[in-house]
Amino acid sequence: MQAANGRRQRMVSYAKYGYMFIAPFFIIYAFFMIYPLINTFLLSFKANGSDHPDTWVGLQNYQYLLFGGETRNQNAISAEFWRSVGNTLILWAGNFLVQIVLSLLLAVWFSDVRIKIKGTGFFKVVMYLPNIVTAASVAGMFLMLFGNTKYGAVNSLLMNLEVILKPITFLNDTWTSRVLVMLIQSWMWYGNTMLLLLSGIFGIDPSIYEAADIDGSSGANTFFRITMPILKPIFIYVFITSMIGGLQMFDIPYLLHEGNTVKPALQTVAVFVYDNFHTVYNYGYSAAASMILFVVTAVLGLVIYRFNSDSTAPKKRRAK
Amino acid sequence: MADSYNFSTSAYRRKIRMHSILRFIFCLILTIISLIPIYIILINSTRDSADIIQSGIAVLPDVHVLDNYAKLTSETFANGSYARAFNLWIGYRNSLIIAGSSTILSVFFSAMTAYGLTVYDFKGKKFATTFILMVMMVPTQVVSTGFLEFMATLGLLNNYIPLILPSIAAPAVVFFMLQYMKSSFPLDIVEAARIDGCGEFRTFMQIALPIFKPAFAVQAIFAFVAAWNNYYTPSMLLVNGDVNMKTMPMMVAGVTGLTTSTDYGVTNLAVILSILPIVIIYLLLSKFIVKGVALGAVKG
Repeated sequence: MQAANGRRQRMVSYAKYGYMFIAPFFIIYAFFMIYPLINTFLLSFKANGSDHPDTWVGLQNYQYLLFGGETRNQNAISAEFWRSVGNTLILWAGNFLVQIVLSLLLAVWFSDVRIKIKGTGFFKVVMYLPNIVTAASVAGMFLMLFGNTKYGAVNSLLMNLEVILKPITFLNDTWTSRVLVMLIQSWMWYGNTMLLLLSGIFGIDPSIYEAADIDGSSGANTFFRITMPILKPIFIYVFITSMIGGLQMFDIPYLLHEGNTVKPALQTVAVFVYDNFHTVYNYGYSAAASMILFVVTAVLGLVIYRFNSDSTAPKKRRAK
Repeated sequence: MADSYNFSTSAYRRKIRMHSILRFIFCLILTIISLIPIYIILINSTRDSADIIQSGIAVLPDVHVLDNYAKLTSETFANGSYARAFNLWIGYRNSLIIAGSSTILSVFFSAMTAYGLTVYDFKGKKFATTFILMVMMVPTQVVSTGFLEFMATLGLLNNYIPLILPSIAAPAVVFFMLQYMKSSFPLDIVEAARIDGCGEFRTFMQIALPIFKPAFAVQAIFAFVAAWNNYYTPSMLLVNGDVNMKTMPMMVAGVTGLTTSTDYGVTNLAVILSILPIVIIYLLLSKFIVKGVALGAVKG
């Protein structure tokens, strides 16, 4: 077929149609993605503040972000940046841990041919539901539920049950707020990850399980010796896509606060980029932080690319 | 001998049933966890704020949903701060315009790109395909600083164009369409159409697009949900504070961010209304969606 195609094309060339069909994609991509990338790159070498936007400062922004500088402001921005990196990693790792344990367990259960669970279809639908709910609304929901005062739903419940005497300031304390974000993210994404892993498990030839069963392999043994090794590629895939998503984590940490400012314990790199651009007009820092994020993401993306170009690899949605 | 055999199988069966029930209960608990935050907000949206403050969580709905809606839209309640931050129908309209047109553009042009890369042979085709695969995982967020500055230079802030037009280039959707074409698009059809004198573009529109339909459905749902739920990009671009331009997620963020005039019933109602369309779409198409998650598509 391919060869026949090629032969005909030597007589009448259809190549120009090929260019026409893919042109819109590349024009738009260049305009809205590649140029902005170049622009971000350029901005990262320019001064901060809206009053002198066109002064070149070389690698200064990167230097101050990564290593601090001489003045208090320069050291403060470095501290802020590293804190946001730390927050991002903590929030992502906590969320991933809860999410992966839960979804792996569910995926193995749902695909178990011996022990069937009633209503699997229903469970999948319900467990995926949180993933399609608007993140901004999810933040709003959990603000209502975990409000700092005794009027927050959880506080009022615990106080009515006399478990606690005074309200827990969930949103203000470093660790309660972080754990809350981790749990919200897990709540939103475990259904998605479960469905990804499940599709990986369904790709495993069932006769392998039958053989293991006949050989008297126990459930745990089958899981660690058969399911896990075969799941490894999709597991790595979920891990890396989740990390790429986690690095961009914005909506929930940005919106989960009472009062006007984002909680320092929840300031992720994406929040850092956003705030430095909008609130304090530090275009240079914002761009430099973006570029660092870009490089890390691109490296992670290359790993995924290696998976996708391998024909046996799973092609799945990204988990956060 | 026969007896012991029977005993062991029935014990085995009992064990299996026990496990099945335990797992069912565990799933039931997770179901409750998945639904309870939404349920509590839903119930609270029907309650009076004073009641919520006094008695906390309730199991059954109350009758104040219309009162709360009246307060939400009132120009005078809480000095009209709710009405200024949240306008249900305008929010739905704006989000629908943006999500709807992004979806159509992304699905149509992705199909077109995938078609171009599959059907034709041309110089640079391999590079183009590799490029799309490589950039698939790069989220638009990482270029947001340069993107925003560029849009500001072009005078496109407070405009829907930068929210809609970029969807023409959706690498992940192209990738999915490429996979789909590889497995279920017969290239002979194009040859046959050519022999019959059908133009190249018409072949795409009238012959290829209908074949793409199943792939469209899944991709369209995810593209729509992603665009509807997007908070980051619109809140970056629509900065003039005009409620008539805001999308639904921006409005809900505005309402929950109101610090001075918190009426719990009204705020809960706003949150529920903001997710209502997407939850309804999900419940109607859940079978599609749950199957589609594992099929491809990258969340943006």
